[in-house]
Amino acid sequence: MTKTNTKVHSDKVSFWYDPGKRSFLYQVGTLLMVGLLGYYLLSNTLSNLERQSIATGFGFLQKEASFEIGESLISYSAADRYARALFVGMLNTLLVSFIGIVLTVILGTFIGVARLSKNWLVKKLAAVYIEIFQDIPVLLQLFFWYAFFYEILPSPREALNPFAGFFMSNRGIVFTVPVLDQTHIYMAVAFIIGWIFIFFLRSWAKARQEKTGALFPIVKVSVGILIGLPLLVWLLGGAPTQMDVPVLEGFNFQGGLNVSPEFSALLLGLVLYTAAFVAEVVRAGIQSVSHGQTEAAMSLGLKPGLILNLVILPQALRVIIPPLTSQMLNLAKNSSLAVAIGYPDFVSVAGTTINQTGQAIEGVAMIMAVYLCFSLLTSAFMNWYNKNIALVER
Amino acid sequence: MDPLKQKLIEKKASEVKPPVTIIGPIGWARANLFAGWVNSILTIVTLYLLWKIVPPFIKWAFFNSLWYSTGTECHKAGGACWSVISKNFRFMIFGFYPHDLQWRPLMAMIILVVLLFYSRNRNHWKKPLAYAWIAGLIIMGLLMKGGLFGLTTVESTQWGGLPLTLLLAIFGLTAAYPLGVLLALGRQSRLPAIKTICIIYIEMIRGVPLISLLFMSSVVFPLFLPEGVNVNAILRAQAAIILFTAAYIAEVVRGGLQGMSRGQYEAAESLGLNYYQTMRLVILPQALKIVIPPSVSILISAFKDTSLVVIIALFDLLKTTQSVLSDPKWMGFSAEAYIFIAMIYFFCCFFMSNYSRRLERELSTSN
Repeated sequence: MTKTNTKVHSDKVSFWYDPGKRSFLYQVGTLLMVGLLGYYLLSNTLSNLERQSIATGFGFLQKEASFEIGESLISYSAADRYARALFVGMLNTLLVSFIGIVLTVILGTFIGVARLSKNWLVKKLAAVYIEIFQDIPVLLQLFFWYAFFYEILPSPREALNPFAGFFMSNRGIVFTVPVLDQTHIYMAVAFIIGWIFIFFLRSWAKARQEKTGALFPIVKVSVGILIGLPLLVWLLGGAPTQMDVPVLEGFNFQGGLNVSPEFSALLLGLVLYTAAFVAEVVRAGIQSVSHGQTEAAMSLGLKPGLILNLVILPQALRVIIPPLTSQMLNLAKNSSLAVAIGYPDFVSVAGTTINQTGQAIEGVAMIMAVYLCFSLLTSAFMNWYNKNIALVER
Repeated sequence: MDPLKQKLIEKKASEVKPPVTIIGPIGWARANLFAGWVNSILTIVTLYLLWKIVPPFIKWAFFNSLWYSTGTECHKAGGACWSVISKNFRFMIFGFYPHDLQWRPLMAMIILVVLLFYSRNRNHWKKPLAYAWIAGLIIMGLLMKGGLFGLTTVESTQWGGLPLTLLLAIFGLTAAYPLGVLLALGRQSRLPAIKTICIIYIEMIRGVPLISLLFMSSVVFPLFLPEGVNVNAILRAQAAIILFTAAYIAEVVRGGLQGMSRGQYEAAESLGLNYYQTMRLVILPQALKIVIPPSVSILISAFKDTSLVVIIALFDLLKTTQSVLSDPKWMGFSAEAYIFIAMIYFFCCFFMSNYSRRLERELSTSN
């Protein structure tokens, strides 16, 4: 009985019941459908473009932009090309994303730790903060802070002055900065050299510890190097102490570093919103390490600092890093809402470009490409970092 | 003998209460607010900050505030001007929807709220509920649009305010869910072509901000259509929201699919079920149950993200508020108006996230 059955099955499988052929057919069918849809949209688009006589391609990038941009990291004027205008926008996006991510991680960690505090008042306040800022759309928060700067803050004459050299008014935030000196650049270089030196020092200390078991006070030495080296350069450079203090002249401040209301509102909104999510991520990460781990480390005789460094953090970070990455990316993507409050980020500049040139497809494609690159690069870096942490954990 | 000791001797050990410094309000405050000097300093600093912020805020919001007055009176008074809301309430909520017909979006919202409240109980999750939702969504659409049963037609260009916000979120999620499930299945598929297409789609959408898709819907999408075909702006934005949300749902559902043990697939195979039957009868019912709580989080973020349609000039709740604020009579009261709509958003999201947390607890214990 079994013989006949197997014979029928192995000899002649009908075309439809052969898994290989069937999956091939499915895939060809899907590809065909996607291709047809693409072709349909493309042909429509081409005929529409032809009818409206819009030229395709990126030739427009070389034309004169003829619009001003409020704030720019590099020199820019309306006579420059579109390509440069878009580059200015991209730098602005990077600037606000970078500062935003740094501040968010600091504030989010702080609130996440506060959420687990033994102090009832602090714990509840952190919980209220997280709940409120998570549940209000970030765009609404941006509008609120924008209105806060333009409507609630006084004019520069009556600017708020919470501490010396720091002014808040409806023209933005102004604060005292040191006058840029040649020495400051050397100090920055010294700082970077310090980091590189610490990197090698760490691997040396680790190798030595693994060989001989002798501990090296790496944290103290690192902090010493990072502060000491720039300080030394500063002293060698003649210790320049000249400060650029903002002074009220006429209707606005002169001198100091001026941060526009748009940038401040955008940064404030993004940081406060994303920090609420980061706080939850940090809390979950810390809670994921059971108390038994701390107790075990204590019973091994490790000091509190070492417990944190060697036992808690490696395990908590493994839980924290992946969602933290996605929050950072969210912040970078949400920075595109700058267009709503008039900060010239990439999307806003590209929007103006689309309006002026009519190159809608190219404009939107560029916006998508820039954010896609940014996302892919960040997640590639974070995956690499994540792998490192996982390796350390063994 | 001193009196305290006498007292102790008179009572039995079981009757003696711990000192007041350990139990009761004082004991609580000691344990939770003033345990150690770091904690005490933290408490005092926090209380000082609260004292600096809360009383002035209450004074501004309640004691010095005007609740139903004209804009000029408000400008003279020092406190909050809640009149900006009470005087423009109907416009903020309903936008440009014809004044006499505003009962219709109101009815639609009431139906939605009733449906949502009824669906909260998991015992009601049966087939009739699904039909009720389909019927409800159709009735809501009918109420908004009109044109049948003697209802006057209201063009979607006149839709606005809170109904538009809810519409974009609810219809967005309803339509995005099946698409998201398909994408998730495609991403887990063994067929390389289908898998690649799904991965490219999901990663691309997740890599770009929603606003770029909205831009696309408003400026590029009209170019995709053949000559003479026009789709109105709300539908285009809705399509963008659906395409965007679907990618996120796909990732959530994929998490659920990956949570299924290999044995489930093998068991289904050994029963002789084909792919479709395996997914419909064995895998998806279990996987979708796991992902209900994260799906509610997606609903929350979709609800918040609908506010982005402001940027392509649709009159949702945020835009109607802004247009009230651009009226010279009411200029300068942004804080009050924004606080009000922030409260609307907050309560909606707060209930949803609370519900999601409750559901997570219930589902995890029942497993």
